[in-house]
Amino acid sequence: MPISHDAHTVKQFDVQLANLRNLVLEMGGLVEDQIQNAIKALNDEDVSAAREVIARDQIINGMQVKTDEDSVNLIALRQPLGSDLRLIMSLSKIVTDLERIGDEAEKIARMAVKTYDGDNNPPSAKLLRDVAPMAKQATTMLHDCLDALARLNVEQAIEVAKGDDELDQEYQAALRRLITYMMEDPRTIGQAINVLFIVKALERIGDHARNIAEYIIYLVKGKDVRHINMETLVQDALKGE
Amino acid sequence: MNTTTIEVQTTLDSTPSPSIRETSLSSAQIIGYDHQQTVGRITVDNPKMVCRDVNVYYAKKCALKQVSLDIGTNEVISFIGPSGCGKSTFLRCLNRMNDTIPICRVTGEIKLDQDDIYDKSIDVVQLRARVGMVFQKPNPFPKSIYENVAYGPRIHGMVNGKAEMDELVHESLERAGLLKEVESRMNEPGTSLSGGQQQRLCIARAIAVNPEVILMDEPCSALDPIATAKIEELIDELRENYTIVIVTHSMQQAARVSQRTAYFHLGNLIEIGETDQIFTNPRHKLTEDYITGRFG
Repeated sequence: MPISHDAHTVKQFDVQLANLRNLVLEMGGLVEDQIQNAIKALNDEDVSAAREVIARDQIINGMQVKTDEDSVNLIALRQPLGSDLRLIMSLSKIVTDLERIGDEAEKIARMAVKTYDGDNNPPSAKLLRDVAPMAKQATTMLHDCLDALARLNVEQAIEVAKGDDELDQEYQAALRRLITYMMEDPRTIGQAINVLFIVKALERIGDHARNIAEYIIYLVKGKDVRHINMETLVQDALKGE
Repeated sequence: MNTTTIEVQTTLDSTPSPSIRETSLSSAQIIGYDHQQTVGRITVDNPKMVCRDVNVYYAKKCALKQVSLDIGTNEVISFIGPSGCGKSTFLRCLNRMNDTIPICRVTGEIKLDQDDIYDKSIDVVQLRARVGMVFQKPNPFPKSIYENVAYGPRIHGMVNGKAEMDELVHESLERAGLLKEVESRMNEPGTSLSGGQQQRLCIARAIAVNPEVILMDEPCSALDPIATAKIEELIDELRENYTIVIVTHSMQQAARVSQRTAYFHLGNLIEIGETDQIFTNPRHKLTEDYITGRFG
């Protein structure tokens, strides 16, 4: 049964559920900014902007703690069932992935600091060529899954999950290219490994976005679509439409 | 007498039961007949009771509409739903307690094992020994603790001699988890016990006649959480030997004790399914609205 949009008899419960969802969406917006700022700092070779990203990760961690606290209180005090229970459980899991995405943004920012702070020899444009398209794909996935969460849109969540396969392929391609550069010119190994950490972080963001998309499908459809292939995921997610 | 069979649409793919009883009312005369199809699987592999197309009328008012479901052997099944939804009415059909209400009429088919319990050949007293009942408020007889349990076996002639009766009373109290608490005061009145103990005495009284099915109509609604937990633990133990049908207003209790849950609404069986499915992912909007507290 899809989520009921009718109000609860106890209105305060509606308010608390809405607050919890808004907190998670707000956290999602902040995480989205973090990735964009980290990538921008990298592009602009802006070390102080990168340091700001690193400092802001604490706010995201705090929001995760607050969401989990609110979820536990709602479960203890309201004994939610049905779609209310699925909503709270999903949000609680979604924040874990959002927090990890925040960590990945922080990692990218740290790489920007490491690469451009002081007299380090920065990587060439050739080495960085995969970062921009992968960053675009990863941020789009995160944006779309947050949008799907706000609208409880299963179709959009499916598209996000599908996008992860593409990002994985891009990552594999980037990895091959980086290895080729390193073999061609061993002097680039140090820089190439830094870039490798960045594209790995972007690939992980895609994984977390896919997890979030799966929780949205569970929340709306009551069907657990984790750890199954894409074909079955799409079938299960659209069942009972 | 002008007898007309009521024309009702059957909810199931199967054809209506051939033994639907005729009523003296035409469909136009019946009040409140708006039937809704049941969602979920009504059958089980090893049914103890099979109910098909059960309708209950209080005078002209239709209180239960085409209810069909199986009750599995050694399962705990709970009936939930808002007040007046028909869950207690249906429970009372299962051992013909509704016979005591003159204006109440039951149609359809209810079988216990292979026996149609509404058949003329059925002895209602025997039926109620096979299908026992525990009520909302503990209602021990105004007799001693011992006599409360001994009464049923005695009138059914189940035992020979005092020694056998002593054994049966002790065994029943033991199964109801009450023996230790009352062993030394068997001759005190049943009413001297606490509410939770009285309810367990009523359960001991019900199981003393060796029933196959135990019906429980909100057995914990008058009890505190500790006494409730004891009854729930007891229900879990009794499941090994008995089939238990429980009506409860507490969804948490239904979730805790039962394997299957049926949701009733305005006389219709709306949805039936595994308890975990009903409480995490119900398929019908009315079930979802009820369990999440969205009832208008």
